[in-house]
Formats: sequence, structure tokens, C-alpha cells
Amino acid sequence: MSSRTVKRTILGVAAAGVVGLALVNAASDGGEATARAKLVLMAPAAPGGGWDGFARESQQAIKAGGISNNVQVVNVPGAGGTIGLGQFAQMEGRSDMLMVTGGVMVGAVELADSGVSLDQVQPVARLADDYAALVVPADSEFQTLDDFIEAWKQDPGGTSISGGSLGSIDHLLTGLVAEEVGIDPADTNYIAYSGGGEALTSMLSGTTVGGMSGYNEVADQVEAGMLRALAISSEERLPGVDVPTFKEQGVDAVMANWRGLAAAPGVEGEELTELMEIVDEYRQTDEWKDSLERNSWTDSYMVGDEFEAFLEDEIERTQEIVEGLGL
Amino acid sequence: MDQLSLLFEGFAAALTPMNLLWVVLGALLGTAVGVLPGLGSAMAVALLLPITFSLDPTAAFIMFAGVYFGGLFGDSTSGILLNTPGNSSAIAATFEGHRMAKDGRAAKALATAAIGAFVGGLIATTLVVFFAPTLVKMATAFGPAEYFALAVFAFLAISSVVSESVVKGLASLGIGLVLAMVGVDGPSGTVRYTLNIPQLFDGISIVVITVGLLALGEVLHIAGRIHRDPVAQKIETKGKVRLNGTDFRKALPAWLRGTGFGVPFGIIPAGGSEVPTFLAYGTEKRLAKRRGDKEFGTTGSIRGVAAPEAAGNATAGTAMGALLALGLPTSATAAIMLAAFQQYGMQPGPLLFERSGELVWTLLASLFIGLVVLVIMNVQFAVLWAKLLYIPRHYLYAGITVLSVLGVYAISSATLDLWVLLLVGLLGFVMRRYQFPLAPVLIAVVLGPLAETELRRALTVAEGDASILVSSPMTIILYSVLAIALVVSAVQHIRHRRERREEALAAANGVVREPEPETGVQPVMAGSRADSGADSNASSGTGSSAPDDGR
Repeated sequence: MSSRTVKRTILGVAAAGVVGLALVNAASDGGEATARAKLVLMAPAAPGGGWDGFARESQQAIKAGGISNNVQVVNVPGAGGTIGLGQFAQMEGRSDMLMVTGGVMVGAVELADSGVSLDQVQPVARLADDYAALVVPADSEFQTLDDFIEAWKQDPGGTSISGGSLGSIDHLLTGLVAEEVGIDPADTNYIAYSGGGEALTSMLSGTTVGGMSGYNEVADQVEAGMLRALAISSEERLPGVDVPTFKEQGVDAVMANWRGLAAAPGVEGEELTELMEIVDEYRQTDEWKDSLERNSWTDSYMVGDEFEAFLEDEIERTQEIVEGLGL
Repeated sequence: MDQLSLLFEGFAAALTPMNLLWVVLGALLGTAVGVLPGLGSAMAVALLLPITFSLDPTAAFIMFAGVYFGGLFGDSTSGILLNTPGNSSAIAATFEGHRMAKDGRAAKALATAAIGAFVGGLIATTLVVFFAPTLVKMATAFGPAEYFALAVFAFLAISSVVSESVVKGLASLGIGLVLAMVGVDGPSGTVRYTLNIPQLFDGISIVVITVGLLALGEVLHIAGRIHRDPVAQKIETKGKVRLNGTDFRKALPAWLRGTGFGVPFGIIPAGGSEVPTFLAYGTEKRLAKRRGDKEFGTTGSIRGVAAPEAAGNATAGTAMGALLALGLPTSATAAIMLAAFQQYGMQPGPLLFERSGELVWTLLASLFIGLVVLVIMNVQFAVLWAKLLYIPRHYLYAGITVLSVLGVYAISSATLDLWVLLLVGLLGFVMRRYQFPLAPVLIAVVLGPLAETELRRALTVAEGDASILVSSPMTIILYSVLAIALVVSAVQHIRHRRERREEALAAANGVVREPEPETGVQPVMAGSRADSGADSNASSGTGSSAPDDGR
């Protein structure tokens, strides 16, 4: 054992450590700068989560359009995004940051009851939506939404529905539909799964009667004839998707899983306008249009006062549903 | 054969000099993040995603394949050498692997792990190539009742790890269950044991618990005994560094057994690779006892490393199959790979093979290439890595501490995790001091939440009707096997005691009688009770609590 080998080994370990450090911290530092020079996108989810994907698609579009010189994504995972929201609410006046937010966060805030709320940050824009659908296994006896609702009314407990975690769009929509058709949402038998994949197998294995799931997550299974989609939560039928809406079948349940961006508290005036301009510029890039298509997101661009009003309505409606579900 | 020719086309597309460079790069990166505790291949793939936007799909996939399997090759390296598994999938291989390292056979342990990972990955990937659609059907046979039965089965099957003292083993199990319960309860949304700290709502990461208990606990333990143990002696490398024929003969069946455990678990979306690795470890331990293998639990058995490693990588292999054929991401890394596929316009799922067949076969070919590159790399590295142990103890343990803290901080950049790490480390120190086994804590952390959630899901779906738990053939088979095993082990236990009493009686009467060899009567499925009496080579979780531990 020569001392040279020892040195080399130590060097190797040190190098590995540095690589690790670099990986970890590549995105998490950063002083204040103008958003055009350096922009930090906070994804309040783990790498690979839904908001992480949204943040990274945005990053690509901003880079490709040369809209900001340096864009980074920071992940702050935890508790449906409320951990990230809590941290972001502390970043008073950071005009070089945007946080990804969305319908799931509204539900999580109501559920977590941890003292943070979306009022504490500055809404910027809503960018992309997708919708949830009620699906049943292909061999299910239910052919239409009416069949399903009839059975559901007769036995709300026995008609179990699987979907994402509590407070997710899947869960809220289940409550909303129940309310609309005259079932007490608190009587519904909702089986929460932590991910779309797990909820999907629960349906395929015949564990639950139906499932509420983001349509994009089950689109292929529907197309392959493994699942049947009874209704989708969009306002109108989506182009290229042969699934009737809840609304056209007489159930007034329209709910979007929207994604948007918010700025830190205290960012206003010119700084806020600048951020809005950045968002407006990147949503017009070809890369962003590709992203929308690739993810089957519906462009739901909304900015400023319009978005703020929408958010207020959304929070109010979510509070009502959460209360109805007895959480 | 149709698949074969398609696969060869895939190889043709994947094997270019440039692509080989990408796979080596991916393999290096994957191994590096695997070695570091806390950093997993999930994170590496996520960070690579934006970079690969600019690569062509083939190059990107081949690099991902290297990273995907690389993490699993690397995670056992730090476990074997430093008792700090890089990921939860390497916990089971750490127990025996670290013992081998202490016995001066680190390079052998590393090579065994690397080849095990290769064998497991290779067999699983081959199965995926030929039987993906059939494998996927298995996944849909699993409902909550089946998962619960599986968890109960695993609990009892693994409980042979709980040896020595039943009380201490159960206490450790309890500690693990409590740690696992922290956080928001999925089925009801109730907040449990979080002290109103929002960061704890998602529970304590298993990485924090593993690193705290095994690595930091060990560091504190060594530090606590620094002037009491004899001055460190260098571990002399025993025998040949490379694996020889005997080693291969020992390890080969274990690799295959491990693969057998791993393959089915990749398809079902629960538990990840921890459950099969523990099952494989438990099986080897029981077999060792029956065989009278004195190495197991003392100087470290090559089989105890081989089986869990093969199981871990076999799980990863079939998980990729489930992802491709059903669109089911059964692990965090697979979930990010899903995003990667979507970026190239592929939507994993039932229609994938029809829609983008060419890319899929290239990817499958890449997985094979990645495995070959990784096994060559890791077997070569084994000797080099093993020299890490020659670093003087104070530097080595300081290094372990730094790496542990760094890895844990990397999970979510939260300082709270570091405090939890420190507390768990202290817990590990105290448990070592009073010789509580550590393995049951980790088993409870893995299996506890699985059992709880699935039991409650099953009962909720059935509106409280407990008969759902035994309503399918799968559950009935699992419980029957369990019942038979328990009865057999109980009967053997009683017979064993009676024999001993007769012996004592005979001895008292002055009759000379040849005593039965102890090892022949070990139970097939050893419950913890049956174990406690006759465990001749008792272990205490990681073995590091033994006083003859000094280097």
C-alpha cells in the first residue's frame, strides 16, 4: 500500500464529494439580481413531481427564448407544496424569483392548516391546465355517467373511488360531483393513493369501483381499451379527446388542475410588471407551445387582476368542498 | 424469434462510439450518486433531464440506462465499506458486506455485490424483453388485501433477523414503527407525531433514518470507545483479492435466489426494492443456519451480500418493464424516466411498443449495454475502493460524518433533516451501547407503513368487512404458507426442547448418548420465538456492537 495510492483514493473521495455538492447546490444558492439577468424558479415539489416538470419546461422555454440570461430550478418538496409556499412567503421582495403554484396547492393549504396561505404571495399568471376524468375498468357494468351516479346514489359507501392524495384535484372533484348529484360528500368512499400509477392499478385490479384521475395519466389506458372514461371535468370537450364532459351530462362540475406562477411577497410595481413580461414572452416561444402539446396541457393564460380574481374564487370554492368532505 | 431480431436492431442503433461514451458517462455519474448516501439515481436523472433535451433520444436513453442501474451498483459500495448504505435498497446487503470488509475481504464483497447487481439486472431485463405483457398482468392481480398479506408475510419471514433477545428485537421493531408513523396519515389526512412542524408532514425520510442509525450511530459508537478499545490495527487483506472458484460456487445460487425475489417485486407498485432485498437476506440467513455456516453474522458471508444485491437490481429491471408496458412508475427513478420518455414524445403504456417500438428496443438494448459497462467498471473498481479502508480511522470517520450530513441535506435542503439525523444517530448509539439490534428498526420503517395503509385501504373498500383480507386465492395461499411454516417451526421447537430434556435426563441417568448436531433442526420459516433459543451465531443487526470491533 503506497502512500500515493492513499492520496489518490482520498482525492477520489474528495472529488466525488465535490461532484455531489455541485449537484446539490447548483441550483439553491443565489443572491438578489434582476430577473432578466438571473431568474430562479421554485418548484415546491420533489424532482420528478408534477410542478417540477412544469418548472423545467418553463426553464427550457425561457432559455430557448433568451428571455433571462440564467434560469435555475430549485426544488422544495413537501406537504402538497405548502412547505415551499411557507419558505417563499419569507422571501420578501425577491424580484428574481417565481414560484410554481396550482390547484393542488390551494387544496393542500386548506388541508394542512399550517398557517401559510396563498394570500401571502403575489399571483402572477395562470399558464396551463389539464382536467380530471371519472374512469371505470373496461369490464365494469357502468357504461355511462348516469349508470354510475345511480349506483353511487344508492350505495355511496360501496361505490369506492380511487384517486390521488387527500386534497388533490381528484379528491376535490369527487366531492364536487357528489354534491351536485345530491350525495353528501362526507358519505363518499374515497381511497387515496400517493400517485397516479398506484391509483391506476387499484382500478385495474378491481379494488375500487371507479377512479378519479388526471385524464392525461390514463389517456393511453383508455385508448387501449383497458379503462372507460365516463366524464371529464373540462368546460367543453377537449380537441381530440372523445370523452363527454360532466357538464354536458347534466352535472355542473367543472374543475381544472391549473398551473401558474406567483411572485414573492412585496414584489410590486415595475418589478412585478417585469416578471409578467417575462412570463408573457416565454409563453409565446415555440418551445413552450411544444411543451403544451407534449404534456397535453390546455393553454389557459390569465394574468394580473383576472388571475387574482380567479384565484380568490378558487380558494373560496375549495374551502367549501373541503368542508363538505368533512376534512 | 421476433423479439430477438428487434432487440438486435436496438443494439445496432445503440452501439456507436459516441453512445458508448454517453453510457460510460452515465454509469460513472450513476455510481457516484449511488455511493453518496442520500443522493439517489432519481435525483441524478432529474438533474440530467434538462441537459438531455439537446441530445438525440438514443444518446439520452443510453445515458439514463447507465445512471439508472449505476445508482444501484454504487449504493452498496459505501454500505459495504463504511456501513453507510447509499440508498435504502442497499441496507440488506450492508449487514454481511460490512462484516466481510471488517474481515479484510472488502474487495471480494464489492465484487460479489457488483456481479450480483449484474446478474439480477440481466435476468430481469431479459425477462422484460420477452415477457413484458405477461409480467404486467401480475401487477393487476394485486389489491390492498394482497399487499397486506404480503407485508405480513414479509414481516414474519424477515423476523429471523430479530435474533438474540425477543424483547430487544420487539423493542427495536416498535421504535421503527413509531418513526415510520410520523407525518400526515395518507388515508385520513390526520397529522401524527409531527409536533406541528410542517417539514415533518411528509414523514421522516428512510434515508435519514438509515444514515443516522447505521452511519452516524457507528461514528458515535466508535468515538465513544476510542480510548477503551485496543489501538487500531490495520485490516490485513485475507487471501486473494479477486473472487475464486469457491466464491463463485457459493455466490451463484445466492445471486439466482435473490433475483427470484426481486423480479416479481419490480412489477407491483409497493415497497420498492427494500422488501425483496430483506426477504433475500432473511432467506440466506436461514439457509446459512441450516447449513451450519459459521461465517454468516460473524466474519460475513458472501451469500449474504450476493442475494440482496441481485434482488435489488432485479427489481429495478422489472420496474422498467412495468413502466414501459403499463406506464406504471413503480419507483421514484422510474417516475422521472417517465418524464424523460414524454420529452421525446413517447407515452409509456399499453400502446408504447406499437407507437414507438424503435425507441423502446433501443432503450432495452441500452439497458444491457449499461449493465455490461457497469459490471466491468465496478469489478475493476472493487480493489481500488477497498483501499479506502486503509485511511486512518479518524479521517475515515470524519469523512463518513461529512458525507452523511451532506447526503441528508441533499434530500430536500432542510436543516430540520439534519437535527433529525443527529437524534436518530444518538438513538443508534444508545441502541448499540445496550445491544439492541438495528435491523428490526429498518424493517419496521419499510414494512410498517405498507402494512398499515394497505390494511386500512382494504377495510375501507370493503366498508369494514374483515373477510376481504382472505377473499382471494393469492391471500389464502400466502396465509396458508405462513400458517404451515409457523406450525412447523413450533413443532420443531417443541421437539427440540423435548430432545434436550431427554438428553439431560439421560445424562443424569448416566447413559452416554451422542448429542444431535444443533444445526439440523432449524425451522424453515423461523419466527422470532423459535429463533431465540438456538441461535448459535447470533447477530446484533450490524455486528458493530460487538466489542472486538476495533481496527
